[in-house]
Amino acid sequence: MSATTNESSSDVASGDGIDRTLLLGRPHRRHGLQWLTAGIVLFVIFMVAYSLVTNPRFEWDVVFGWFASERLFSGLIRTLELTAISMVVGILVGIILALARLAPNFVIAGVASFFVWFFRGVPVFVQLLFWGFIAAIYPRISLGIPFGPEFFSVDANVLITPFLAAILGLGLNEGAYMSEIVRAGLLSVNRGQTEAAKALGMRRLTILWRIVLPQAMKVIIPPTGNQTISMLKTTSLVSVLAFPELLYSAQLVYSANFKTIPLLIAASLWYLLVTSVLSLGQYYIERHYNRGSGKQQKKSILTRFMTKARSQTLTPGEQP
Amino acid sequence: MTDVVVEARGVIKNFGTLHVLKGIDLTIRRGEVTCIIGPSGSGKSTFLRCINQLESLDGGYIIVAGEPVGVKLKNGRVEAQSNVESARSRENIGMVFQSFNLFPHMTVLENICEAPIRVKKENRAIVRKRALTLLDRVGLVSKAQTYPAALSGGQQQRVAIARALAMEPRLMLFDEPTSALDPELVGEVLDVMRGLADAGMTMVVVTHEMGFAREVGDHLIFMDEGLVIEHGNPRTVLNSPAHDRTKQFLAKVL
Repeated sequence: MSATTNESSSDVASGDGIDRTLLLGRPHRRHGLQWLTAGIVLFVIFMVAYSLVTNPRFEWDVVFGWFASERLFSGLIRTLELTAISMVVGILVGIILALARLAPNFVIAGVASFFVWFFRGVPVFVQLLFWGFIAAIYPRISLGIPFGPEFFSVDANVLITPFLAAILGLGLNEGAYMSEIVRAGLLSVNRGQTEAAKALGMRRLTILWRIVLPQAMKVIIPPTGNQTISMLKTTSLVSVLAFPELLYSAQLVYSANFKTIPLLIAASLWYLLVTSVLSLGQYYIERHYNRGSGKQQKKSILTRFMTKARSQTLTPGEQP
Repeated sequence: MTDVVVEARGVIKNFGTLHVLKGIDLTIRRGEVTCIIGPSGSGKSTFLRCINQLESLDGGYIIVAGEPVGVKLKNGRVEAQSNVESARSRENIGMVFQSFNLFPHMTVLENICEAPIRVKKENRAIVRKRALTLLDRVGLVSKAQTYPAALSGGQQQRVAIARALAMEPRLMLFDEPTSALDPELVGEVLDVMRGLADAGMTMVVVTHEMGFAREVGDHLIFMDEGLVIEHGNPRTVLNSPAHDRTKQFLAKVL
């Protein structure tokens, strides 16, 4: 046998009937099926849009009349306040719980695990009701020495307003979920990082704050963004405490004018608008915490679409 | 005795039922380069980690620069150091790891400046200047603003050495500093270490680089199964080992 040192595409002496010169070309792609599916989907979208515009029961004039109204807007502001404060409480509680669960002291770790078990196990709606009815369990809330004198005592209904009940219910529930997220983040950081920091003489809090947490952020941020968006919508449950956030404000209006559907749509549009803004913010925060990883942020659908459209206008072989 | 930097006597370390160190005695004087060789699992890395308390001792003692490691003597009793005291004693001991362990979220310059600024509370401008001098010494000034992920393994390890030196340690520990590197990158790291040895740094190097041990080392220690088997001049140990186990090991690696 002669050595096959002089291989080339025209060398088709093997007699297997495969045309090597054709193989050198790039395969031809068929787009027929893609056009068909895209067509069907576009038709369905058209039908939905058509009904949205032509069905008079949507009452779009009423929707947009109330959309920018002062009453819905003040409800929206309260929803945003609730979301922000509950998330801050949730993140702080989550960090403390995560650290507690990783603590060497098993009593502390056990109590933290119990907290997480309880607040994740009871529906947040039920928790909100409990906080709302707290006065039924503890009519007065006092500060003092246990079994000793009281310095300060107050009616629970005065102290725990619907707003505070909402913050406690949403924040503590969120803390239980955030603790899992933070814990996963802390555990995701390589042990070598802590050892290197220790070897440099860094103190434990400095290591946590300067070395471990910033790296854990890459794991913590994306789910926290989802939690924030989810929290924005969960605040609508607070309507059960008669706290006039966005949904309850809309309910107050339609209970008077019976324009139920248009007002629910107006509220939904606000929820959609704010979640869109939050998603955009999350994209930039993630990009910040990905620095140094050398990883490119995943492009958004829009950017991907634009790049593809541009590259397709180029002639084959040309680099975009 | 003032020039003794490390005095280890009867050092014992167990991981559960596994006896990793079975009584290590070692004395290291100022300016000396001590290389530790031995098969994997012989306890050489563990011993190195005991010196700066990344592992705690189960027996014996180590004194570094006149200070007992991990303990303090108080009213005629031995007490464990607090976390803060342990951290303070680590400030004087630089360590370089096999896997570099640079902080990936900080630039090269930030990596080097972090500990002097946060731990020693030194002035930023002074630390920055010293960091750039150190980067120049390891030949990486141009990479000051780069993140570690964009550097080769050899470059990362040179930054890690500069980072440890920025704390102005009295002793440098190297835990297999070239074992994770591609062969063509080993030389640049060994060159930096050679320069450091020439400048008079006290160094303990766990390594598989017999050439480096022969040329740069003042002492060579062969460890196996948690014990120091042979200790002496690198040339003597490498050329005419006295013990059978040393002979067997060297026959495999040389």
